[in-house]
Amino acid sequence: MTAAIDIQDLNFSYGGPRVLQDIRLEVPEGEFLGVVGPNAGGKSTLLKLILGLLAPQSGRLRVLGRSPLVARAEVGYVPQYPAFRRDFPITVEQVVLTGRLGRGRLLGGWTRADRAAARQAMAEAEVAALGARRIETLSGGQLQRVLMARALAGAPRLLILDEPTANIDMRAETDIFDLLKSFNRRMTIVVVSHDVAFVSKYVHRVACLNRTLMCHRTEDIDGQAIQDLYGTDVRMVAHRH
Amino acid sequence: MDFFTALGDYGFLRTALLAGLLASLGCGVIGPYVVVKRIGFLAGGIAHSVLGGMGAALYFGFDPLMGALIAAILAALLIGWVKLHWQAQEDTLIGALWAIGMAVGVLFIARTPGYGPDLMSYLFGNILLVPQDALWPMAGLDLVLLGAAILFNRQFLAVAFDEEFAWLRGVPVSVFYLLLLCLVAVTVVLLIQVVGLILVIALLTLPAAIAGHYVHTLARMMVLATVLGAGFTTGGLALAYGNDLPGGASIILLAGAGYVCSALAARLLQRWRVRRAGVAA
Repeated sequence: MTAAIDIQDLNFSYGGPRVLQDIRLEVPEGEFLGVVGPNAGGKSTLLKLILGLLAPQSGRLRVLGRSPLVARAEVGYVPQYPAFRRDFPITVEQVVLTGRLGRGRLLGGWTRADRAAARQAMAEAEVAALGARRIETLSGGQLQRVLMARALAGAPRLLILDEPTANIDMRAETDIFDLLKSFNRRMTIVVVSHDVAFVSKYVHRVACLNRTLMCHRTEDIDGQAIQDLYGTDVRMVAHRH
Repeated sequence: MDFFTALGDYGFLRTALLAGLLASLGCGVIGPYVVVKRIGFLAGGIAHSVLGGMGAALYFGFDPLMGALIAAILAALLIGWVKLHWQAQEDTLIGALWAIGMAVGVLFIARTPGYGPDLMSYLFGNILLVPQDALWPMAGLDLVLLGAAILFNRQFLAVAFDEEFAWLRGVPVSVFYLLLLCLVAVTVVLLIQVVGLILVIALLTLPAAIAGHYVHTLARMMVLATVLGAGFTTGGLALAYGNDLPGGASIILLAGAGYVCSALAARLLQRWRVRRAGVAA
């Protein structure tokens, strides 16, 4: 079986000091991986490399057994800060449909298959009732689900989410992670979060990233691991699995 | 004399009316992209640098419209390239291209032997002087715009809405961005006939912006902007004919007045809705 993500000895810098150093990470297909770490620890950079938006200076990076550029079509992405303006004249259904680009035909409008896939993705992300709404009118939590539906519409084998719950309340956070857990039955999921304690209830492994990367099975996360990661004493809430 | 009686009597007036309608189709289809993608400044740069191509065409004895089309496409590609690869100085460079294009045009026109063409009609348009044989090429340009907008509607929507996500879905974002600017260039050439290259930008943005007050998908904005554009060009033409005023300026002032009224109305409508929602709750 090919690994969903295979990273060996990867280094990256934006021209200054290294942002990522000697990264090794193997994510088998079907895993639910959490990536945690302090701000400016390189989490978003690592995601951009996996998505093909950036290229590593050295090291090996394979996504679904291929180069990230080729693998794009089978990767779904949910950004933390959407790159669009909220007042753009577009409906929820149209946003979700754009997730179908790259599949199907080149010219003309959306096909029946595109619309069916978008409908199903909206149902799965529990936004089916919002299809005709303008995105301007959505709450933060609703928009987050719409972005998830957009990523699902492309039938990804690997789903990558950057801080999916940063802008929403605690209850919605639980809902979204429950959803992700159900998607995990058929796709690999990588989720970046700032909240170690919370994600470790859901994920199989936690990758702690602060320029270098350490992986922990969720059972092994203790005060020492977190302290190593953040470099100072961190308040931690104990939780049982 | 009544505008509509005059329409029956004078062929040049019918030609002017048709030219206005053909132009409004162009501004209706492409204008919404310019508005939602916020590339009005780029479109302005393309429009003004077209004078260079028109001047060169006159000097070398080609059809000025052909010169305008070539210059507009070149300007669009150049400005697009600056936008994609030289973002740090985008503002300065596009402003420079804008002025350099015009300067080139003025020099060529000054050096063209014989009676100098009327610079004013290039700059401000003269809808009453649109030759009848310009209508077919204008219709052809409309077809190009409509065809591209229909065939690539999904890609243009994705690139206009969220470039990063479009790229992740495998859409060649730079190609479609440049193609969009080329379509803007074609629209500019279409509109120059009617309102001249200085006033183009208003007709490209105002009908679409007004449409944006009332409808909330790109496709509906296109339909409404086309209808509004047709209204403004026809109304402006009637005003100009009835009062012996310059056509381009009349059309633009009508569109501008329409925009101001619409913006106020939209604001009031929204306030009323909020208040009604407040009472209901």
